[in-house]
Amino acid sequence: MASAPPNDQQLIDFVVREARLLDQQQLDTWLDLFSDDGHYWMPVEWGQTDPRLTTSLMYEDKFLLRLRIDRLKSNRTFSQSPKSRCHHVLQAPQVDARNDAEGTYVTWTPLHYVESRGDVQTLYAAWATHHLAVIDDQIRIRLKRVDLVNCDAALGSIQLFV
Amino acid sequence: MIGKYRGNRQAISGLVRETEVHRDLYVDQELFELEMEHLFANTWIYVGHDSQVPKTGDYYATTIGAQPALMVRDGKGQVRLFYNRCPHKGTRLTGDSCGNTGQFFRCPYHAWTFRLDGSLAGVPLKAEYDAARFAGSHGAQGLTPVRHVHNYRGFVFAKMSDAGLGFEEFFGESLSSIDNMIDRSPEGRLEVAGGVLRYMHDCNWKILVENQTDACHPMIVHQSSAGIAADAWKTPPPGAKKPMAVEIYAPFVSSYEFFQGMGLRVWDNGHGHTGVSHSIHSDYSAVPGYFDQMKAAYGEDRAKAILGENRHNTVYFPNLMLKGPIQLLRLFKPLAANRTLVESWTFRLVGAPDLLLERTVMYNRLVNAPTSVVGHDDLEVYERAQTGLLADGNEWVNLQRLYDPDEAGGHTLVAGGTSEAQMRNQFRAWEKFMALSL
Repeated sequence: MASAPPNDQQLIDFVVREARLLDQQQLDTWLDLFSDDGHYWMPVEWGQTDPRLTTSLMYEDKFLLRLRIDRLKSNRTFSQSPKSRCHHVLQAPQVDARNDAEGTYVTWTPLHYVESRGDVQTLYAAWATHHLAVIDDQIRIRLKRVDLVNCDAALGSIQLFV
Repeated sequence: MIGKYRGNRQAISGLVRETEVHRDLYVDQELFELEMEHLFANTWIYVGHDSQVPKTGDYYATTIGAQPALMVRDGKGQVRLFYNRCPHKGTRLTGDSCGNTGQFFRCPYHAWTFRLDGSLAGVPLKAEYDAARFAGSHGAQGLTPVRHVHNYRGFVFAKMSDAGLGFEEFFGESLSSIDNMIDRSPEGRLEVAGGVLRYMHDCNWKILVENQTDACHPMIVHQSSAGIAADAWKTPPPGAKKPMAVEIYAPFVSSYEFFQGMGLRVWDNGHGHTGVSHSIHSDYSAVPGYFDQMKAAYGEDRAKAILGENRHNTVYFPNLMLKGPIQLLRLFKPLAANRTLVESWTFRLVGAPDLLLERTVMYNRLVNAPTSVVGHDDLEVYERAQTGLLADGNEWVNLQRLYDPDEAGGHTLVAGGTSEAQMRNQFRAWEKFMALSL
């Protein structure tokens, strides 16, 4: 590896910046944080281990995340008239696993997420687990797993990214 | 308070005309309550699949219309259905939506216990009831069974009242869609698998059911989601295999001609389906090994016939939709005039390759989740209808597309896929099954 491995603070700063990009809806920049094989996973079952034969709220590769972002820009996206806004409050991320030899890291971040649209505002609580990898000297997301505390509840629309 | 509709049969039948219906059908809470008392009692309502309770003592708690219900597998292997309340004080017996209760249900309030056939097994301080002639009380009868239960090849339906039709008469030829879904298993068997998606909708349940056979909305409502997926794949990376997600999304934005040509079949009593000749599910990639399994199980001709049927959405009136080619059903659970819980369930074709379940599960996630970009725009137009219908300037909802003056009368009808004949069929059935006990 060309440069020194990221220290814990750099990993934490990465996770915090990731949430900030979502709040500021800089979604193209946000998508670049993912590795080419990266996934965003929001399980529907508590403690879910498999995204393939059990459904999920989201299990999206970069292609599907790109569609989602492009859709938010379209003027035919009726559910985004008016547009949604979102707000993350993170508890300090913790680095749960470091593997400097492989350049892979895992962080754990409890968070509160608010999505608002028109007159309605909804609060969600979740834990985000980031599986990070250093690729070409850059930290990238291999997997962002978002476990909603009420993942198996009957939910209304969640239109942006927790 | 005296309402507009309770006790006024004439006012209720005046809501449904041949090609238009009154907006109170969607917004009036008194009518909603009358629907729960009459329509949802007089028709066969889907409860669950018997694979959800495979072993003795397994239970599944749900609702039938507005009623709490409890499905359980008894010691003889039979699936039984009870109202989910203790005969003592009304306490619902189960907390979790599913589980295994062992040999007995035990009420968490005063420890009355019940056998899996519903009979009362024990009451603490039994002697203290003697002077009140307990044996003759409602309490002593145990759990109240739902009056009529029919397990059709694993699909459990219930009818709460004695009014209405027998199971076979009510569903008639529409059962062919359930048959086709089951026949797609080389072993002729389905299992609930892949988890359930539950999505809350602030709109009337009938708006959702009507949309299941509305073939003129996908290319409009889903242009922003499926349309973008289809466009993205117009210039695929060289040599790339079309992603499963594109196979699922892109057909949503097919042309009016495509949906017109796929056809619509309408059966008596409110049932019907889109996709007579083909559908948005027709062109999925073959799953390696699957056809050989089907050929071995059924013979080549029969296997081809089973898999050649690509029905899109089959509506089982009043509140169930089934998708045979992707082994999925959606249950529209009415909660209030303006509130509906949509549950989307998937099935494993027992004996078939896992890749089929993977596609089914992906379809459910991409289309039916509270996080689905398809679902978001559907819900948006439903909720706008729910609020727009409050406008007094025009109290009628238009259902005239491809109207045929001879379409009523109980015979099976095949029409163009863009027809609103199935919606008209649902409202004829609505009036018929409401009126049975009004």
